[in-house]
Amino acid sequence: MGFDPSYTGRQFKSVGTRPLRPDGFDKVTGRARYGADYNMAGQLVGRILRSPHAHARIVSIDTSKAEALKGVKAVITAADLPDLTKGNSGLFDILDNCMARTKALYDGHAVAAVAATDAATAEAALALITVTYEILPHVTDVDVAMQADAPLINANTFTKGVKPKPETPSNVASRSQFGHGDVDAGFAEADFVLERSFKTEQSHQGYIEPHACVAKVNHDGTAELWVCTQGHFVFRQQCAELLGLDVSKLRVTSSEIGGGFGGKTHVWAEPVALALSRKAGWPVKVVLSREEVFRGSGPTSATSIDVKVGVKKDGTITAASADLRFTCGPYVGPWAMLGAMTAFACYDLKNVKTVGYEVLVNRPKTAAYRAPSAPMAAFAVESVMDELAKQIGMDPLQFRIQNAAKEGTKASYGPVYGPIGIGPTLQAAKAHAHMSAPLGKNQGRGVACGFWFNFGGQTCTDINIAPDGTVSLTVGTVDVGGSRASLSLVAAEELGIAYENVNAVIGDTSSLGYNDMTDGSRGTFSSSMATISAARNAIAVMRGRAAKMWDIPVEEVVWEDGHAKALGEKHSNLSPLSVADIAAKAPKTGGPIAGHSELVADGAGVSFATHICDVEVDPETGGTRVVRYTVVQDAGKAVHPTYVEGQYQGGAAQGIGWALNEEYVYGADGRLQNPGYLDYRVPVASDLPMIATQILEIPNPNHPYGVRGVGETSIVPPLAAIAIAVSNAAGVRMNHIPMSPPRILAALDAKA
Amino acid sequence: MEVQLWGALAAAAGGHQTVEIVAKDIRELFRKLAEQFPGVEPFIEQGIAVSIDGTIYRDTWSQPLPEGAEIFLLPRLAGG
Repeated sequence: MGFDPSYTGRQFKSVGTRPLRPDGFDKVTGRARYGADYNMAGQLVGRILRSPHAHARIVSIDTSKAEALKGVKAVITAADLPDLTKGNSGLFDILDNCMARTKALYDGHAVAAVAATDAATAEAALALITVTYEILPHVTDVDVAMQADAPLINANTFTKGVKPKPETPSNVASRSQFGHGDVDAGFAEADFVLERSFKTEQSHQGYIEPHACVAKVNHDGTAELWVCTQGHFVFRQQCAELLGLDVSKLRVTSSEIGGGFGGKTHVWAEPVALALSRKAGWPVKVVLSREEVFRGSGPTSATSIDVKVGVKKDGTITAASADLRFTCGPYVGPWAMLGAMTAFACYDLKNVKTVGYEVLVNRPKTAAYRAPSAPMAAFAVESVMDELAKQIGMDPLQFRIQNAAKEGTKASYGPVYGPIGIGPTLQAAKAHAHMSAPLGKNQGRGVACGFWFNFGGQTCTDINIAPDGTVSLTVGTVDVGGSRASLSLVAAEELGIAYENVNAVIGDTSSLGYNDMTDGSRGTFSSSMATISAARNAIAVMRGRAAKMWDIPVEEVVWEDGHAKALGEKHSNLSPLSVADIAAKAPKTGGPIAGHSELVADGAGVSFATHICDVEVDPETGGTRVVRYTVVQDAGKAVHPTYVEGQYQGGAAQGIGWALNEEYVYGADGRLQNPGYLDYRVPVASDLPMIATQILEIPNPNHPYGVRGVGETSIVPPLAAIAIAVSNAAGVRMNHIPMSPPRILAALDAKA
Repeated sequence: MEVQLWGALAAAAGGHQTVEIVAKDIRELFRKLAEQFPGVEPFIEQGIAVSIDGTIYRDTWSQPLPEGAEIFLLPRLAGG
């Protein structure tokens, strides 16, 4: 109650330091417990049968032979996951994606599952299930799917966002539009107008740990789920709704997480594991193989984007527009809309218009991927900005500085910006030594900027003071990047105690109130706000206890430097009381001491970054090596700078992989050709230079310590920065991501 | 105060890109918007983000709407 999240401008003692993370030792010694590392007594092995067809009607499923196999305890199909979604179309799509009901909509779509006493039996049982399919025409390409004669994925899809409502269904599920001004008039004013078209292929988040869970549904209606997730409270909600369980009776515990990047914000196998357990009467563990992860879970959109920008000779942009077509898989999502909102967000534009089209295709359901949709939009827009600047003879970085959004700019997605950080990141990049470093033969440099919204959300945190004065901090946002260390620093800062005296854990869904997921760059932003609030509440309790110990009014007790101190000359004989002093007397002064906080963390503030990249392109092979990379980004306040740098470096590393190699390759039959890390190549350490970082700290006015989210923005500029660098190195514009060696060689050949 | 709506919401509000509503906070804004335009209720149910002078609020319905502030309604955002 009454928590004030305003920035206080305090001088920090703990925040901003770099202690070791509490989970580090277990992780580097192999002792940390991830999704697959947990076992329940009597657990069975769950396996999922997946469609080999990109698009097929399910005529029948015969499970009788599988059910008769010794050791098989349950076989389920969609019939065992009845539709309890009550007209909630979004929830129905989740249900249908977990287990196909009438049609298999992509290669890898789950159609049945078994639980057996061991893996060999479970796999043998899958082979005994007979699914009769009626194979239907399929479509995987975004532009082909938009054509009038394309195979129709859902006959009930009539494009939303257009008037009048279309009379015929199509694969274009939704149209969204953003912008202001008059782009036609703006283009008429321009001295130069540049139009370009771009494509980006579908990539996967590439988390190292596959989806894994252990589910146990009891006969009394209670249930447990141990799971690798970015949001165990959200998983609890969705699984309970899909299974018809009381929410409070499903206890979900999040494991350590080996990467998620948005891909673990969605339930996939968890409702299946619970349904298997319910039917078998025993716990069931489901661990997806790498092939299943690629075929059946969370890729980002493939895209096709047209960009048009007009500019005067003096470098002023007069108008900008973009059409963005994004694949959603077979279920509608907000992906093109997010691209349309973010595309021109870095710029101060009088006339701007973006249109997004959500396109259904026979690919896995698109999932959020770190600043979802913004990297592809930035790739297209930044590539045009770079080319246009060169056309008018301006330095591309100076061109961006001249046209950058600032306080008072009407953002391309609608509102007017308050204080924002795009200008400072561009200026810092301009001043960075990287910009003046010489380039070698076949090398090129690219600069690009990027934007992401960031948000907060529902958050609940507990602080419990132990009898010895050490502190337990329980948070409900899954730690995906070192947040337990960061939040311990925040608790230590606010309480005025040592970092080593705080032990942070992630509570299960029975130990805390609801928490939104760790997504939207909200984990440290939101939970640090709640931790500060909980610490202030604990301090209020401790001041009261000190007052009782001293037998003086609480108004005469203040909290300073981790101690209760009595105010005034009359109390000069009272020595300050530490947390340990107060905790030791707790049984006689009112019992356990705790501070709780339940709040909605809002006001996260938008985020900007500028990246500088040098690459070397081998003209013989088309191979690209990133030789130098620098990230400049605003963190508001870096609570634990090492982990902020880690987020910056991680986003850049993922972007490098996406830009140069990562790509879903579909055959003519609609089957994924490369569902493994040998053929879907993510960068390894030897592929990357040490990624340099520069943290800017422009305090967020809506957080007591000035913190902003930092997790996502770092993946927005890389596709563009690398594409521009490759284009400069190779002497030919690269408008198709990934810029794999065959694509670069083809472009070089075409130029020759 | 003048409240600006994004495209899809404007379509649900009879094509009005801006509406005049007097409200002290987000909760009252949503209530009055739904009274005036019942078609926006499903959007409110799904979640609407409110930009107040450029700062985006997703869930704090008690957030005050200061006199003269720029109020812009946006789709609820997804993140990774």
